[in-house]
Amino acid sequence: MQDRITLRVARYRPETESEATFQDYDVPCPRDWVILDGLNYIKDHLDGTLSYRWSCRMGICGSCGMTVNGEPKLTCATFLTEYAPGPVRVEPLRNFPIIRDLVVEIGDFMRKLTSVKPWIIRDTDKPLSEGEYRQTPAELHDYKQFSMCINCMLCYAACPIYALDPKFIGPAAIALAQRYNLDSRDRGARERLEILSEHEGIWGCTFVGECTTVCPKNVDPAGAIQRYKLHAAVESLKAFFMPRGA
Amino acid sequence: MTRSHDVLLVGGGGAGLRAAIAIAETNSRLRVGIVSKVYPMRSHTVSAEGGAAGVIRPDDSLDEHAYDTISGGDWLSDQDAVEAFVKEAPQELLRLEHWGCPWSREDDGRIGVRPFGGMKKMRTWFAADKTGFHMLHTLFQTSLKYTSLVRYDEWFVSKLLVDDGRVQGVVAIDLMSGKVETIVAKAVILCTGGCGRVFPFTTNAAIKNGDGMALAYRAGAPLKDMEFVQYHPTGLPFTGILITEAARSEGGYLINKDGYRYLQDYNLGKPEPKPVLRSMELGPRDRLSQAFVKEAEKGRTIDTPYGQVVHLDLRHLGKKTIENKIPFVRELCLKYQNVDPVSELIPVRPVVHYMMGGVHTDMNGATPLDGLYAAGEVACVSINGANRLGSNSLPELLVFGARAGRAAAEYASARPEPAGAVLAQGKDEEIRLQKQFEQSAKGRERLSGIRDEMQKTMEESAGIYRRGETLERGADALRGLSERASRVSIEDHSRTFNTERIAGLELSFMLDVAHAIVQSAAEREESRGAHQRTDFPARDDRRFLAHSLIRQNADGSSRVEYLPVTITRWPPGERVYGS
Repeated sequence: MQDRITLRVARYRPETESEATFQDYDVPCPRDWVILDGLNYIKDHLDGTLSYRWSCRMGICGSCGMTVNGEPKLTCATFLTEYAPGPVRVEPLRNFPIIRDLVVEIGDFMRKLTSVKPWIIRDTDKPLSEGEYRQTPAELHDYKQFSMCINCMLCYAACPIYALDPKFIGPAAIALAQRYNLDSRDRGARERLEILSEHEGIWGCTFVGECTTVCPKNVDPAGAIQRYKLHAAVESLKAFFMPRGA
Repeated sequence: MTRSHDVLLVGGGGAGLRAAIAIAETNSRLRVGIVSKVYPMRSHTVSAEGGAAGVIRPDDSLDEHAYDTISGGDWLSDQDAVEAFVKEAPQELLRLEHWGCPWSREDDGRIGVRPFGGMKKMRTWFAADKTGFHMLHTLFQTSLKYTSLVRYDEWFVSKLLVDDGRVQGVVAIDLMSGKVETIVAKAVILCTGGCGRVFPFTTNAAIKNGDGMALAYRAGAPLKDMEFVQYHPTGLPFTGILITEAARSEGGYLINKDGYRYLQDYNLGKPEPKPVLRSMELGPRDRLSQAFVKEAEKGRTIDTPYGQVVHLDLRHLGKKTIENKIPFVRELCLKYQNVDPVSELIPVRPVVHYMMGGVHTDMNGATPLDGLYAAGEVACVSINGANRLGSNSLPELLVFGARAGRAAAEYASARPEPAGAVLAQGKDEEIRLQKQFEQSAKGRERLSGIRDEMQKTMEESAGIYRRGETLERGADALRGLSERASRVSIEDHSRTFNTERIAGLELSFMLDVAHAIVQSAAEREESRGAHQRTDFPARDDRRFLAHSLIRQNADGSSRVEYLPVTITRWPPGERVYGS
């Protein structure tokens, strides 16, 4: 097994450069090192100026998404040896503005997330003294998968619709809207419907499901979108035949 | 224009978000700011796995939860705080249920609970084995509906501003632009979490650098019980990734190289096929980690390239239980260790996990410094005493996050706008940071070298077993490292998202915290809970039934004083497990 590998890392420093370039770094390649270990080796031993995000190193905080050899990946969960003999291209996630090196701007997602109202909506909340809302394991199962999203942005980086139309609300935000729509404790589906149907992007989404393919947590945003489309179609028919308040 | 808030949160994890919501619900007119060096949903609460304790079953009682917590903490917990904690924990967990947290359920739809280490009854609520993840995302998503909360995502706080004996704001760097700004506030709540990264082998995320502890310490607030560092008995070698205690509460065995359940040799009970509460693998974390060291000394552990390990055996649980109850354990083992717990043994070893100590607060999160509050792992109330029980930290951040939020809201409502003197101080700090940044271009030494040496020093001097001589040596080494750190080289001279600059500031924070740990450990001449001194192997209630408080003197040196423990109904006794 080879003991070194080349990381070909995208560099972009907006204060001094007008466009991104690549820089090669030679890093150790033990069997249990992930791409992120390679980047940390660079940062600690070769070049302190490389910027990227990371935190938990266990695939749950969602910070370290990057494009590895053209594919969106969590770099803490991607082994270096998978790319032997190298070089391995490491670039920022696609479809986002680049702030610096491997760091992208995700403010757009943060605003979209808020816009789908990802919280329990009810007219009245029963007092705590009455205990929990009962929710059977089957009811939990209905939305659980969509609650597993770690907001890592790999699905936005992979989404062909988002690439063409940044107004598209996007896979993770729709999955999280569905996570609440399908929760037996929630009554807010109708409120969210208006937000989700505002933009036509969702109707352009095909069954291709790049988002689901790249999702590191098996959230299946594509499934959420298809279910949502069905729901929205039924609701709009209902609204046509039975206007609200009628 | 100066940025100004009534209450400013530093840290946007579980405690910070719970506090923020509590403030918004107390008084929606209060202007709340949340400064976090990462997007809130990246905060380290996200990594908590096993669960959150809160009495809910009819066969359980608040007193039993209190007793487990107090005996688990080797009688260093303040019992009035523990009583308030166990009473409010179920309410807080229920509130999270109403906010949508996907708690695991019984067949009839009620909340499910699981056993946990050191707990005599089943009272640990869980969301499979991603409890912290689900709690954090529920809190974060719920917080989005409160429009009075203003977030400063990816801003790093470098200093607390104190004038006239009151904390009145912070200076922070906006990572994206590199701009340094003063944010004034009538009250500040620190919710920055722990400091595991001062050690080389830790479950803690890269962001856990003791920022809030160092900020408070430098501002003149005391740190309490800093010598109490929790080692979790089951971390994956190399990565330090945590394998949750839930793996043992579901029935996992810890075995040595001979396949023997070695805990039976360490006064932790007899091996039974099924898990027994407060016994064997469900003993407290300090005792299990200490047993590992003894087992290694006997030569009965397994040698690997990443040090000695023992094995966690889940094979007898079967695929279905593993998939249903602890799916993340399997995912982590497969992805990061290339081991499938359904059919293979998991190599594990003790790993630095949690800080019992922290910024000294009362039951409402108030520190002795006016206007400064703290909650969550950064704080020390103390409910955890000398050893925290698994699944007490998640409810702790809810209970005391909410309490600190309400207390700070009340405090801020009655205060005038911060004075001009604070702005002048802010300017000084801005200039200091700029100067330091420019000077660092001339430095010679990489910060990673100093960081590595600090971590090694901490493991050698303040690990699972300690003694006076090595602690003294550690303190000397840390002084040398602090000196070198002041002349560290920062290669990166750009303003935009300069992570090396932030890492330099974090290193300086970590060195202060490391020093506080070592000095507090050196002065506590007894063994209690997670603090084990080979030169003082017994607990000494006569001298040390007391919290240590370490303060920084004006010349940068420090002094340790003691504060009596509050005992209400449970006089100090022997910690008995396995009977």
